[in-house]
Amino acid sequence: MLVLLGIGVVVLGFVLRANPLLVVMAAALTTGLAAAWTPEADLQVMYAAAVGTLATFGKAFNDNRYVSLIWILLAAIGLLERSGLQARARIAIAKVKAATVGRLLWVYFVIRQATAALGLTQLGGQAQMVRPLVAPMAEGAAEAKYGAIPDKQRYLIRSHSAAADNVALFFGEDIFIAIASILLIKGFLETNGVIVEPFDLSVWAIPTAIAALVIHSLRLWLLDRSLKRALAAKPAAAETAQ
Amino acid sequence: MITLQHAYIVGGIFFAALAILSALDRANDKRLRNALFWGLLAGSFWGGSFIGDLGNGVLALGLVTIAAFGLGQGKPATTSEEERRASAERNGNLLFLPALIIPAAALGGTLLVQHTEWGPQLIQDQHKTLISLVLGVLMAVGVLMLWTRPPLLAPLQEGRRLMDSVGWAAILPQMLASLGAVFLAAGVGDQVGALFSEYIPGLDTSRWLAVIAYCVGMALFTIVMGNAFAAFPVMTAAVGLPFVVMALGGDPARVCAIGMLAGFCGTLMTPMAANFNVVPANLLELPDRKAALNGVIRAQIPTAIPLLIANILLMRFLAFPGE
Repeated sequence: MLVLLGIGVVVLGFVLRANPLLVVMAAALTTGLAAAWTPEADLQVMYAAAVGTLATFGKAFNDNRYVSLIWILLAAIGLLERSGLQARARIAIAKVKAATVGRLLWVYFVIRQATAALGLTQLGGQAQMVRPLVAPMAEGAAEAKYGAIPDKQRYLIRSHSAAADNVALFFGEDIFIAIASILLIKGFLETNGVIVEPFDLSVWAIPTAIAALVIHSLRLWLLDRSLKRALAAKPAAAETAQ
Repeated sequence: MITLQHAYIVGGIFFAALAILSALDRANDKRLRNALFWGLLAGSFWGGSFIGDLGNGVLALGLVTIAAFGLGQGKPATTSEEERRASAERNGNLLFLPALIIPAAALGGTLLVQHTEWGPQLIQDQHKTLISLVLGVLMAVGVLMLWTRPPLLAPLQEGRRLMDSVGWAAILPQMLASLGAVFLAAGVGDQVGALFSEYIPGLDTSRWLAVIAYCVGMALFTIVMGNAFAAFPVMTAAVGLPFVVMALGGDPARVCAIGMLAGFCGTLMTPMAANFNVVPANLLELPDRKAALNGVIRAQIPTAIPLLIANILLMRFLAFPGE
């Protein structure tokens, strides 16, 4: 039962708002020490347990380097920003008269979910699409409609841009048969003596995908309504806020 | 053949360049910490396979220590808002094209390895998408350098500008995966299962109760761990398999598929899922990005909770085919 202390450390660190990296490391060491602890354990045993845990952690850290490799794409994204991609996105969307924040994010949501379901998870993403394109386009749509927008609504629109990407990705990707989570389930069931095909799993992700689409469509419709209520009252200014 | 090792060398070069440029950035009063942090990460990419398990553990401990003291924000020279707008007017919608090179290369490389005979000889099969993605980044940078003719160091300096705004959160997913390995070695999953069966009576007789315990447990444990992948083996071994499937007759494929998605509802609600919820708040420069419930998470909770309820209903009505 003592090994559950590690989960307690994560929760405590979360409550105390400590640096999450520090919390993770502390939780790992706590778990390793708790697993080795017996009333007879002396300092030497505990020291060996700490070193062993650090080695287990280090091995996994090294095996999972590919998770952090993805950041090199910021070099390309940064160059695109430097060349005015975000400004271009704003110009493009300002020309579309029917675009509202909610409709724009809905179109992005549907494309993102559909492409993720086909395994094209790399087509979107927070660094790849939301920061350089989706958020500026959504802000541009609001500016085209209501003129300069106050910070409160600007940050709300940005938050919803990030949310649309996350929700669409999470509840689209599992329909694709070769995605990591599907392979994890298959592997887990196999070690427990149950053989399933990836297709058996992915087909049961479809009902939830439909539910996500329905719920989030409603949310985006409500977002448009609340933006209209908050912004339509004030006169439309010609210049955009910077 | 291009292998993951080659991709790691490229990653090491990127982070090493970030370290050197950080050290030279006089506008950042914490420049040495940034240099040390990105330098250690470069060392991990280059030398991780040679320093042994304990060496990697000490390296991770070093990264954590520097991050705990706090990193600074570098201020590399970049274009002004006016210059960007002028470039946007001048280049028009062509600017969108380089952005598509990266996903196109990732997809193209993957298909090449899957469907041609010479593809697997060119790119390591096991990591085809990741390697293709790295190649795509190099292609996109090359195209942009030739086209827009920025200063030679621009891709690294612009990368550093964005990387510093992501900060230490960049390595949190990798750290969480490592924590999962320690949990597995210590048998945390078995203990959680023992707790559930002890404190929830009727878990082995009521389908409603078992389904709710499994789905809500997946979401809550994902909130704690920041990752449904870490929660899934623990909660499924603890509740999903023994109760929902074995004792009550749930179909394992349906129970697990929907259970994982219940965990994803938790991912939408936790700051521990740094790459999905904290990184965008940093990238989008939200004023509340350091808060536990930042703007992104607040925008997601009203979708996540109804969707969790939907998952419970779906599992209850779809996962017991014999009913």
